[in-house]
Amino acid sequence: MSSVLSSGTQPVRIEQDVVLARQVVRKAAIDCGLRLIDQTKLVTAASELARNTVVYGGGGDMDWAILEDGLRKGVRLLFRDEGPGIADLKLAMTDGWTSGGGLGLGLTGAKRLVNEFELDTAPGAGTRITITRWT
Amino acid sequence: MERIPILRMGNFLLVTIQVDMHDQLALTLQDDLSERINATSARGVLLDISALDMVDSFIGRMIGTISGLSRIMDAHTVLVGMQPAVAITLVELGMNLPGVLTALDVERGMKLLRDRVASE
Repeated sequence: MSSVLSSGTQPVRIEQDVVLARQVVRKAAIDCGLRLIDQTKLVTAASELARNTVVYGGGGDMDWAILEDGLRKGVRLLFRDEGPGIADLKLAMTDGWTSGGGLGLGLTGAKRLVNEFELDTAPGAGTRITITRWT
Repeated sequence: MERIPILRMGNFLLVTIQVDMHDQLALTLQDDLSERINATSARGVLLDISALDMVDSFIGRMIGTISGLSRIMDAHTVLVGMQPAVAITLVELGMNLPGVLTALDVERGMKLLRDRVASE
């Protein structure tokens, strides 16, 4: 079982919050001791998910935590919104598919950039996405 | 309004991104660049991203759009200075930036632009 070394919450309501979320994640990734390449992957995944929270979820929050699990450490991020949720998960997890004007790489790309990816959503019930990157 | 400066150097336009870009800033840069290419009849754009510590799909799309629109306007875009960690992440994300000219640094980028324009 992993223990939480530090944690916090960053609002993700407007477009500019995406930049703030990236900065918060970068700091947590550095504090956690992630290598530069892993920091970059986590920050990029966070940027994709934070944008989704603003654009599709109508705004929400990002909870972050630095975890310790035996010898390894990691950063866990939870993006949560009370938006419309995702009706067709299979479609949303298809490379290149987008309901908006994007490239359709946000969800699938973010998943490839982290070690753990969990998605919890239902139509009308909002969306919760948890990602973790370990050292 | 916040803007990314576009410098003119002879036939070429030079853009160095030194801030953590939010989406609106990226869209503004796209618009500004198309206007400047048109106003100056520039033949090349050098886009320096050496200060960027991450490029996500939105910024990646902006890079592709700038490259495409400059081509349509008879100019070439060369992307320079991408950090290795950023490059690895971008490819893993699923963005290979097809058709975008790249060079490791500004000097090589300028040479690539000059060669391209001279060969036309």
